[in-house]
Amino acid sequence: MRLKLLALFLFVGSVSLFAQDYFPINDGVKAKKNNNYMAFTNAKIYVTPTQVINNGTLLIKNGKVVQVGKSVSIPKNAVVEDLEGKSIYPSFIDVFSGFGVEKPKRAPGGGRSAQYEPTREGFYWNDHIMPENNAIGSFKYDAKKASDLRKAGFGAVNANIEDGIARGTGVLVALNDDASEAQRILSDKSAQYFSFEKSVTSPQSYPGSLMGAMALMRQLYYDMDWYSKGNVETNDRSLEALIANKGLTQIYAAGDNGNVLRADKIGDQFGVQYTILGGGDEYQFIDDIKATNAKLILPINFPDAYDVSNPYEAEYIELKDMRHWNMAPSNPKVLADNGVEFTITLHGLKSPKDLKDKLMKAITYGLSKTKALEALTTVPAEILGKTGEIGSLQVGSQANFLITSGEIFDKGTILYENWVQGTKDIIQNKDIKDVRGDYNLALGGSTYSVSLTGSIDKPKAEIKKGDEKLDSKIDYSADWLNLSFTEDKIGSYRWVAHVMDNSGTIKGKAVTPNGDESTATLTLTKAFEEKEDEEKASEAPQLMALTYPNTGYGYASKPKQETILFKNATVWTGESILENTDVLVKGGKISKVGKDLKAGGATVVDATGKHLTAGIIDEHTHIAALSVNEGGHNSSAEVRMADVVDPTHPGIYRDLAGGVTAAQLLHGSANPIGGQSAILRLKWGESAEGLLFDNAPKFIKFALGENVKQSNWGSYSRFPQTRMGVEQVYTDYFQRAKEYDTQKKSGQPFRYDEEMETLAEILNGERFISCHSYVQSEINMMMKVAEKFDFRVNTFTHILEGYKVADKMAEHGVGGGTFSDWWAYKYEVNDAIPYNAAIMHSEGVTVAINSDDAEMSRRLNQEAGKIVKYGGVSEIEAWKMVTLNPAKLLHLDDRVGSIEEGKDADVVLWSDHPLSIYALAEKTLIEGKVYFDREKDKEMREAIKKERNLLIGMMLNEGKKGGPTRTPVQSEKQTFECDTQ
Amino acid sequence: MKKLFLIIAIVFGVSLNAQQTPAPPQSEQIAIIGATIHVGNGEVIENGTIIFTDGKITSIGADLMAPTIGTMINAEGKHVYPGFIAPSKPLGLVEVDAVRASDDQDEIGEMIPHVRSIIAYNAESKVVESMRPNGVLIGQVTPQGGTISGTSSIVQFDAWNWEDAAIKTDDGIHMNWPNFFRRGRWWAGEPRGFRPNENYGKEMDDIKMFFDNSDAYSKAEEKEKNLPFAAMEGLFDGSKRLYIHAHGEKEITDAVTFAKAAGVQHIVIVGGYRAYRIADFLKENNIPVLVNVTHSLPKMEDDDYDLPYKLPKLLVDAGLLVGIQNEEMGNFQARNMGFYAGQAVAQGLDKETGIKMLTGNTAKILGIDDMYGTLEVGKSATLFISEGDAMDMRTNQLTKAYIDGRDVSLETHQTKLWKRYMGKFEREGK
Repeated sequence: MRLKLLALFLFVGSVSLFAQDYFPINDGVKAKKNNNYMAFTNAKIYVTPTQVINNGTLLIKNGKVVQVGKSVSIPKNAVVEDLEGKSIYPSFIDVFSGFGVEKPKRAPGGGRSAQYEPTREGFYWNDHIMPENNAIGSFKYDAKKASDLRKAGFGAVNANIEDGIARGTGVLVALNDDASEAQRILSDKSAQYFSFEKSVTSPQSYPGSLMGAMALMRQLYYDMDWYSKGNVETNDRSLEALIANKGLTQIYAAGDNGNVLRADKIGDQFGVQYTILGGGDEYQFIDDIKATNAKLILPINFPDAYDVSNPYEAEYIELKDMRHWNMAPSNPKVLADNGVEFTITLHGLKSPKDLKDKLMKAITYGLSKTKALEALTTVPAEILGKTGEIGSLQVGSQANFLITSGEIFDKGTILYENWVQGTKDIIQNKDIKDVRGDYNLALGGSTYSVSLTGSIDKPKAEIKKGDEKLDSKIDYSADWLNLSFTEDKIGSYRWVAHVMDNSGTIKGKAVTPNGDESTATLTLTKAFEEKEDEEKASEAPQLMALTYPNTGYGYASKPKQETILFKNATVWTGESILENTDVLVKGGKISKVGKDLKAGGATVVDATGKHLTAGIIDEHTHIAALSVNEGGHNSSAEVRMADVVDPTHPGIYRDLAGGVTAAQLLHGSANPIGGQSAILRLKWGESAEGLLFDNAPKFIKFALGENVKQSNWGSYSRFPQTRMGVEQVYTDYFQRAKEYDTQKKSGQPFRYDEEMETLAEILNGERFISCHSYVQSEINMMMKVAEKFDFRVNTFTHILEGYKVADKMAEHGVGGGTFSDWWAYKYEVNDAIPYNAAIMHSEGVTVAINSDDAEMSRRLNQEAGKIVKYGGVSEIEAWKMVTLNPAKLLHLDDRVGSIEEGKDADVVLWSDHPLSIYALAEKTLIEGKVYFDREKDKEMREAIKKERNLLIGMMLNEGKKGGPTRTPVQSEKQTFECDTQ
Repeated sequence: MKKLFLIIAIVFGVSLNAQQTPAPPQSEQIAIIGATIHVGNGEVIENGTIIFTDGKITSIGADLMAPTIGTMINAEGKHVYPGFIAPSKPLGLVEVDAVRASDDQDEIGEMIPHVRSIIAYNAESKVVESMRPNGVLIGQVTPQGGTISGTSSIVQFDAWNWEDAAIKTDDGIHMNWPNFFRRGRWWAGEPRGFRPNENYGKEMDDIKMFFDNSDAYSKAEEKEKNLPFAAMEGLFDGSKRLYIHAHGEKEITDAVTFAKAAGVQHIVIVGGYRAYRIADFLKENNIPVLVNVTHSLPKMEDDDYDLPYKLPKLLVDAGLLVGIQNEEMGNFQARNMGFYAGQAVAQGLDKETGIKMLTGNTAKILGIDDMYGTLEVGKSATLFISEGDAMDMRTNQLTKAYIDGRDVSLETHQTKLWKRYMGKFEREGK
C-alpha cells in the first residue's frame, strides 16, 4: 500500500517538470517554452565513472539528457557548444546534508530535577523518536549555499533534520536556482534517518546514554510491529510515520567506527540494512566494518596536523591522535580495497570548498579516481534509489553535469560550469583569454614593463619602470583588462583594454595623470610559464603501521596461542600452594600441572622464585565502557553494557599489566534496576565483540541506597527518594514481569518488551543479579523481595555492611563482592569496615574483592593482601577472593579462576608472592595467548617514543609547508565509577 | 581498674561511637628489644634496642644493655619504624565526603592564606583514628581549593583537641599553581581532555600581584590590617613554607622561578607528575618534592603503565629530597601511606629509602625533623612496632604504637564493629 502511494507520488513529482502547463499565467505570453536542444560536442564525457566517451556529444533538452555518445545526430534546433579538450562529468550528490533545513533549537529551561515524561501527546512515548518529522516541512531553498555547493561540483543534495534519535525523512533537492520547488525537489521523502543522539528540542531524560539510545531503537521496532498489527487502540503518529517510511532508504548517522557497528547490529536484529554515516576511522576495524555489508556515507574531514612546535603542548597529544592524523587520509582507500561501498559527504567539512583538497589527499593516499568519482555520483544515486535519474549522464537522466578543463581531481583542473537540470551556472568562464605573460607598455614617452602572473581568471600584475616597482592595481573580467599604476611625484596612470585574442598585443586606452587620453599597447615580451609545483604530488606519504588496537600500546599483530611450559614455579591452584611445580599451557588450556614436566615443543619459561596463579577476575569494573549509567528511568533493564564496550580503552592494557584477565563490566548505580552486564576477557586488540566472554551467563546490575535515591545530587522528581520506595520499585517491576511472562507463556499475543523480557529472565533463573548495596536494612530487604518472587540474588556488590547480615546472606545463598578498605566517602559507608570480607567469609559467604575503580583494578592482588591484614584470612582464601571466588560468582569457575588441568589458560606469572606489594605481573595470558609481557612492554615504550618523534617531525614539516595546523588537545577516555553520571 | 575502663569503654564507646580515648603521658621508661629498627634516615639496625623516657628517645642501637627498669617489650622478629607522616591532607577537616555538614576543607576565596586549618581540625575524627593501626601517626592538616588554599598545621593523631594535637601550628601555605593546559569543560560541551588554558598568563599574574602586594605590605611602616597579606609574611622571613601544588614541567618551572624571585625562603613542590623531567633544575634550586601518590593512573595513555609507581624512584635517583603524599585520594586512604612507598620499592627503590619517604624525608620537608621523622636520641618517641614489613599490606600488622612516648590505642570504630559482629555470630553459634 505504502509503496504504491510512493510510486504514485514519484509519478506526480516527475510530471511536475512540465506540470506548470496547467497553471494560469498573467505576466506575459504562455507560448514561450524553450523546446530547443543543447549539444556539447567534442568533449570527454563520463557517462558514469567507468563509461567514458572520448570526443563525444551530450545532447540535452528540457533539463534532461536526450542523447550521449560518439555519433549523436544533432537536431537543427540545437545550440551547439564545442568543448574541444574539455571534460564532462555528472554533478555530485551529497546524501547527508543539512542544506535548507534549519537546525532545531535547544529547548529552554531544564531545572535541577530531570523531566522523565514526554512533552508531546499523540506521539511515541519518547520525545526523541520523531519519524513523523519531514525535512520538507521546514525546507527553505538557500540560493547562497546552493551556489557554494555548485562551485564544489554538487548538483543535488539530500537534506535531513539533524536532530533526535529517529529523525524522520529527508528531502532530495536539485541545486537549480531557476526552478520552482515543483521541479527541483526530486523527492520529498527521500530516506529515513536515525542517530544515537537525543533531540535538543526536548529535555526528556531517557535515554541518557548510548546504550539507552540503542535499547530505545530496539523497543521502537518492537512497538512498530505491535502497532502495525492493530494491537493499540490509541493513535501514535510517530509509529504510523515509522511504518509509512519503511520502504525508504534507511540512513543511520553513526559517526565513528564503533557506532557504525552498533547501528548495523540493531539493523541486523530487525532485518534492516542501514546505510551508515561513518566517522573516517573505519580503517581501524576494517574487518568488522566490512562484515556489516553496509554502504557507508563517508566524511573526509581528515584532521589537520597539530602544532607541535611547543614540546610542552605536544606532550598532551596521544600517539593515537597523531597516528590518526597520519592514517585518516588512507581511510577511503582502505575501504575501497576491502570492497566496502561508500559515498563521500561534505558532512564534517568546514566548507564545500575543502572537498577537492581532501579528495586529492585521499587520492594521493591511494584512492582510485574512479572510486572517488563513484563515491560522489553513482553510489549516492544508488543509495537514494535514484540511479538513472541523477549521478550519471545516461539518456533520460537529469542534465546535471560539470564541464571541466581536464581530469576533475587533478590539481590544475578548472571547473568551468555546473549545469543542474539544464540550468547553467558559470563557475569560471571557460572562454577566458589567458593574458598572462611579460609585456612592455609604451606610454607618454616611457616604457613600463608589465608582468601578469597568477591564475588565468584573476591575474596579478607587477608594473615596473626600469627597476622601480610601481604601486599598481589590476582587474580582469569579461574580457576587459584594467590596469592602473602610480609613479612617484607624477601621479596615476590608467589603462583599459578589451582583450580580443591571444595574439600577444593588447591595444587599449590610456589616461595619463594630467587627463590626456591616448592609445597604448601591451606588447608581449615573454610568454607565461607555469612554475613547477614545489610539492610533488606523486610522492607517496609515509603511513604508520596499524596496531591492535590502534593506540600507543596496541600490538603489531593480535597475540597467538602459544605452548608454554612454566618451570619450577610456586603454583597457586584452587585450594593449595604447590612449590617447585611446572605448568604446561597448551591449546589455550592448562594442560598439565606437576613436577618435572617434559617441554616437548613448548617454550620454556624459567619460573624459579616466581609465582604462577590464575588470572585475576574483577567482578565489578567500569573500564572499557563508553557509558555507564542509563539513569533516564528508575529501571533500565533493557540496556546492555555489551553495546558500549570500548576495545581501545587504555584500562584494558593497564589491567593486564596488573594480572587481570577478566572483568565484569557493570552498569552504574543511578537507578534501582540498572542494565545488563557484560563479562569481558581482556583480549587487548580484539574488537568490542571479541572482548565479550563467550557463552558467559547473563547478569544484570541492581542498586540500592543513596545513589538510586539520588541523595547526593539535587534531583527530587524521580521515584524512589527513600529506601522504602526502592522496595516498591522492585515489587512493582517483578510483579509486572511475572504477569508479562505468564501472558507470554500462555500463547496469547503480547507486546514484546525488552525490559520485561530481562526481568522475566531473572524470575526464570536465566539471569543473575549483581546488586550494589550498602546498609544492612536494604540488603535484607533485597533478599526478602527475591525470596517473595522465588529467586535468589546472586551477588551483592559494594556490600559494605554485609558483615552485619552475613548469616542471612549465607542462608539466602548470595555472594559478596566488596572493596577491601573503602569507607567515609558518603553517609551510608559510616560503618564500612575493612574486616567486612573476613567476617562474611567466616560466615560462609563466597566473597570477592573487586574494584569499581580503574586504578584499583590493576592491583587487586594487593587488595586481596589487605584481607590477610584485616581479619586474618588465610593467604589462599584471600587469593581466591580475586580469582576463584569471582569466577564462582560469575558462574565461570568451571572454566577460569584457578590453575587446574583442563581449565582455560588464563594465568599470571608474578615476580613475587602475589599478595605482596612487591609482586609485579610479568606475563599475563588469556587462553594461552600472551596479552601482557613486561619485556614486550619495554620494547613498546621505545617504539612509542620513536613513532611519536617521527610523527612530530612530520607535523612540523606540514607546518613549515604552510599546511593547516591546530592547537594540541588531549582526547581523554573517560574513566567511570558506579556513580559517574 | 583496667576492667572498669574496659566496661566504660564498652558502654560509652560502643553506644556513642566516640573516638578512642587519647593515651596518658608516658609514665615509665619503655624499651623495645630485639627488633629490626628502621631509623628513618636510611639506616637499619638489626636486633636493635630502642629506649625512651618522658616521650623522648634516650638510647638506640644494636648492642645496648637491657634496661632494668620500666617496661620491656620483646620485639624479636618484629620491625620498629618512626611514625609515618601523611602530608598535605585535609584529615580532620572532612569526615564524610558526601555529607556537606561534615565538610570543612574548602573555604570561599581564591587567595586566602589567612584561613587556618588547625582550628577546624577534628581531633576526634573516626577517619583520623583509623590511621593509627597502620602506623600513620602524624599528618599535615591541609586546607583545599582555590589558588592559595590557606595555611596548614602539623598534628599528631592521638589528642583530645586541636591544641593537644598540634606539633607545628601554621607551618605552611598551600598554593595550587594554575595549569597551562586545563581540562575540557565537558558540562559545557567541550571534550574532556586537556586543552590550552587561555588564562594561564593572567592567573600567574594574579599570583604575582598578590605576592608583590604581600611583600610591600610587610614593609609598610603604618599598616591598616590586611589579613591575607599579613598571613603571607612568614614566607618571606622563612618561618613558613610554601607548598606549591603543580605537576607539569612548565608549571613547576614557572612556579619555582616565580617563588624564588618573590623571595620565598622554603619552597616545596607537591605532586610533581612530570618533576622527573626537570629534576636537575629542582636540584639546582634545592627544591624538595612531596611526590604524587603511587597508586594512581598514568595521566596520558602513552605514559608507561607504571609511571606513577616509579615516580618516587625517578626523583630519588636524580638526587632530590622526596617525601610521598596522597592528596589526590580520599582522606581515609591516608592509612595506606606505607603501601604507596612499598609500591615504589617494588620498582627497585631501596627499602630504607622507601621508609625515608614516609618518615625522615617528610619530616625534613615539613620542617619538623628536629623532633620527628627519625629514631634518634633526643627526638620524640613517635614510633610503632609491626609484625612484619610495614610497607607491605601482607605483613603490616601493628602490635604497638607510641606518640611522644604515649602508648596509643590501635582500636578504632572499625575494629569495634569487627569485634562486635564477630561476637554476635559467635554468641549465636553461627
